[in-house]
Amino acid sequence: MLLTARNVAKSFQGYPVLRGVDLALREGEIVALLGRSGGGKSTLLRILAGLIPPDEGEVRFKGRRVEGPVEGMAMVFQTFALFPWLTVLENVALGLEALGVRREARLSRAREAIALIGLRGFEEALPKELSGGMRQRVGFARALVVEPELLLLDEAFSALDPLTAEGLRGDFLDLWLAGHLSTRAVLMVTHNIEEAVAMADRALVLQGSPARIAQEIPIPLAHPRDPGDPRFRDLVDRIYEALTLKEAVERRLEEEVLRLPEARVGALASLAEAIARLGGRADLPVLAEEEGLEVDELFPLLEALELLGFARVERGDVELTPAGRAWAEADPEERKVMFAEHLLRRIPLMARLHRLLLERRRLPEERVLAWLKDHLPEPEARRVLAVILEWGRYAGLLGYDKRGRIFLPSRP
Amino acid sequence: MPFPEKPNRYDLLALAFLLILLALFLEASREAVAPFAPAELSLDPRHLPEYALRTAFRMGVAFLLSLAFTLVYAPLAAKTRLEPFLVSLLDILQSVPVLGFLAATAGAFAALFPGRALGFELSAIFAVFTSQAWNMAFSFYQSLKTLPKDLLEVAALYRLTPWQRFLRLELPFALPGLVWNGMMSMSGGWFFVVASEAIAVGRTQVELPGIGSYLATAIAKQDGQAILLAAGSMLLVILLYDQFLFRPLVAWSQRFKYEERPGPPPPRSWVLDLLSRSQVVRKALGTLFSLALEALLARERRLAPRPRAFPLWPLALPLLLLGGMGAWALWRQVAPLGLAEVAKVFLLGFFTLLRVLGVLALAALVWVPVGILLGSRPSLAQRVQAFLQVLAAFPANLLYPPLAYAIVHHHLSLEVFSAFLMVLGTQWYILFNAVAGSLALPEDLKEAARSFRLRGLPLWRRLLLPGTFPYLVTGLITASGGTWNAAIVAEVVQWGDTTWQATGLGSYIASWTLKEGQGPHLLLGIAAMSLYVVVLNRLLWRRLYRLAEERFRL
Repeated sequence: MLLTARNVAKSFQGYPVLRGVDLALREGEIVALLGRSGGGKSTLLRILAGLIPPDEGEVRFKGRRVEGPVEGMAMVFQTFALFPWLTVLENVALGLEALGVRREARLSRAREAIALIGLRGFEEALPKELSGGMRQRVGFARALVVEPELLLLDEAFSALDPLTAEGLRGDFLDLWLAGHLSTRAVLMVTHNIEEAVAMADRALVLQGSPARIAQEIPIPLAHPRDPGDPRFRDLVDRIYEALTLKEAVERRLEEEVLRLPEARVGALASLAEAIARLGGRADLPVLAEEEGLEVDELFPLLEALELLGFARVERGDVELTPAGRAWAEADPEERKVMFAEHLLRRIPLMARLHRLLLERRRLPEERVLAWLKDHLPEPEARRVLAVILEWGRYAGLLGYDKRGRIFLPSRP
Repeated sequence: MPFPEKPNRYDLLALAFLLILLALFLEASREAVAPFAPAELSLDPRHLPEYALRTAFRMGVAFLLSLAFTLVYAPLAAKTRLEPFLVSLLDILQSVPVLGFLAATAGAFAALFPGRALGFELSAIFAVFTSQAWNMAFSFYQSLKTLPKDLLEVAALYRLTPWQRFLRLELPFALPGLVWNGMMSMSGGWFFVVASEAIAVGRTQVELPGIGSYLATAIAKQDGQAILLAAGSMLLVILLYDQFLFRPLVAWSQRFKYEERPGPPPPRSWVLDLLSRSQVVRKALGTLFSLALEALLARERRLAPRPRAFPLWPLALPLLLLGGMGAWALWRQVAPLGLAEVAKVFLLGFFTLLRVLGVLALAALVWVPVGILLGSRPSLAQRVQAFLQVLAAFPANLLYPPLAYAIVHHHLSLEVFSAFLMVLGTQWYILFNAVAGSLALPEDLKEAARSFRLRGLPLWRRLLLPGTFPYLVTGLITASGGTWNAAIVAEVVQWGDTTWQATGLGSYIASWTLKEGQGPHLLLGIAAMSLYVVVLNRLLWRRLYRLAEERFRL
């Protein structure tokens, strides 16, 4: 085992994010870590890398306990995280500099890494002179030059456009499969299911709140993999399904309806219309493609539609309810009225706010926030407040005075 | 990118340039450590270049000292457990009027090096230092606290050594802010170098050779031509500093900007262009930096990593003792003055407060509209801005005596009109920031306003004023700090043998500086003024600033 994590738990401000996470990485494999956005993927990756300490449990790398960043691991970041004032060469040589490699050796090794990843001729360029794809190549070269045994990819391809991402993925896989790298295992965090199926040997699905690894899905396909292959599609569907499953804890929170998904009304309407266009029922990957959305962006919208009683999600498919279909086809004014009805009926928090406002005429934002904070961690409470405000104002159930930060009954 | 290997003609130019700078520096420093001969200042214009050089030298040394202080203090404040203490200390130090420092320390410095000019030189340099160091340290501290999270993670993950982290991450990230702040601080510093060259310590009037003292002498002798000459050479020195030091630095520091925001084209500097075209200079600097880095890294590797947290409690007792002694000394000095004196000082402070706030409001009323209108013509505004920077740097105190003479000559009261003197040099900050804010207004907002045919009062109320508000607040805060300082010089003005005074805390401090046994009164005056500034900052400026950050940041 190259890396093991046992019973890892982490809380932020008293709010548990991860609990009881067990994980093992063997030599020679690429493992994808999937989960919903804000679900603890990146936190787990940073715990494994030694960037943040776990509250409980332990991480071992090559048998040694990880208590901070260690030699032998490197990471590629979603934001590239290049030093804008250093040239490509200096950026790549940075890790070697820290290892105490002498100048000549450092520069020649950095040049080799740059050539390997296909950036020869750009050694003296500054990052801002490069395109996104080239910048991430620098990110890969910087990670590979220190010859890490374990390479961590934190959404490494998410900030790139699809074509560029595919090119870089392909080049990296070629290097990996040809055995040109000293790297013995790769752990990639991603929200792109296709990407996981295209690259990884198995996928781990983080689930629940606090999250743990709920499922492991092996991906026994030979390289090169063809996204059109039925077995490939089948695996994509299985992972979609795994991601839409709900844990008991999540269901309870949703029943009390404190946890509102972050979804704009406009995006909800557009999604409902798209499902209606597809015949009232749609395969999730197809729907994501149709709407040009990432999975991350799709899930909260689906959750919101479910909460409002406009749709049902089952086994990787979404289906509009009769009410949902009517809502999708209504004109803007009717839509508002229907939305308001569903809000009051299905979202207890909204019903409660509405009732309070009718009684008291005004309600300071602070009070509502304080009440929410009793049940949710602060950032989550603020998010929920923003969502309820947006929905309520659209539906004409709430008014809001920005200056005094006060909730008012909406003016007719 | 291929470079020609042969030295080019720019190399020669650059070399000559560096040699000249070095020679001037050596010349000026030789005189500074020479025995002090209190010769009377000559108004002969032939001496003026030498005097100008001395003044410029003082500024340069003070700037280097401020930089050194910044590089040590800010990391200490940002990275050790002393943080809350060091930050508050900086905050208070920023509020103490610089000229108060000068009055309090001149005697002490002079006593350190009896019989040499060095003591007085140091005291003048210290005055400028105190006007620059706190701002610069604060800017650096803030940069250190706002390092981008992803770069911090890279630094941690690849385990950068402390020196590597400083040179590769922290310093480069902070550079643009530091350079900009340094330039602004420097432009504020001219005011103090001029004021500090003619220092009075008790009854001893010391005149350090420099433009400030040349001017003081010219005023004493009521020599109009000499006054004009002094003002002209001051302007020249400021321009030279701008062209040869700050413009190149600002242009160079653009490389270190972390965020690429579309905005006005980056400033250019012909000196930087010249230097960077020179093969030798480029290579020399590059080699120097990498040699220094290698040496540091090698040293770091040799030394075993020390445990990072060292206990602070052994420091507690000495610090407490020192603090106690200080408090006792303060009490012993101030107590005999009695409560009546304290009340009087605070009342005087109130008069000065009225002047400061009143004249700032007036200046804002005039310059904000002018600045915003100027900003709507970008090409004109950019040219005007360069000019404004020079205006802001020009030490307004050079102009006080003739203006005061004019005021009194026309039977106007200095009680009111000293306020106008106070704002003379600081009003430009208001204008400068109004122009900058107006330039930064997003084009789409302006277009939207045009398409709605917003004009007149609604246009100002809905777009122009709210859109530039954060800049206006910044300008007012800067101007306020400078105006308090100016009060010490503006409430007492001399022309020839005549002295006029306005009732206020500034004149209180200034007049006690001139008297024997100044200590307690001076201390009380400075403490009161600092208190006013701190309270004003907390109650007014901070709140406005937060409001600007929260509601009007575009």
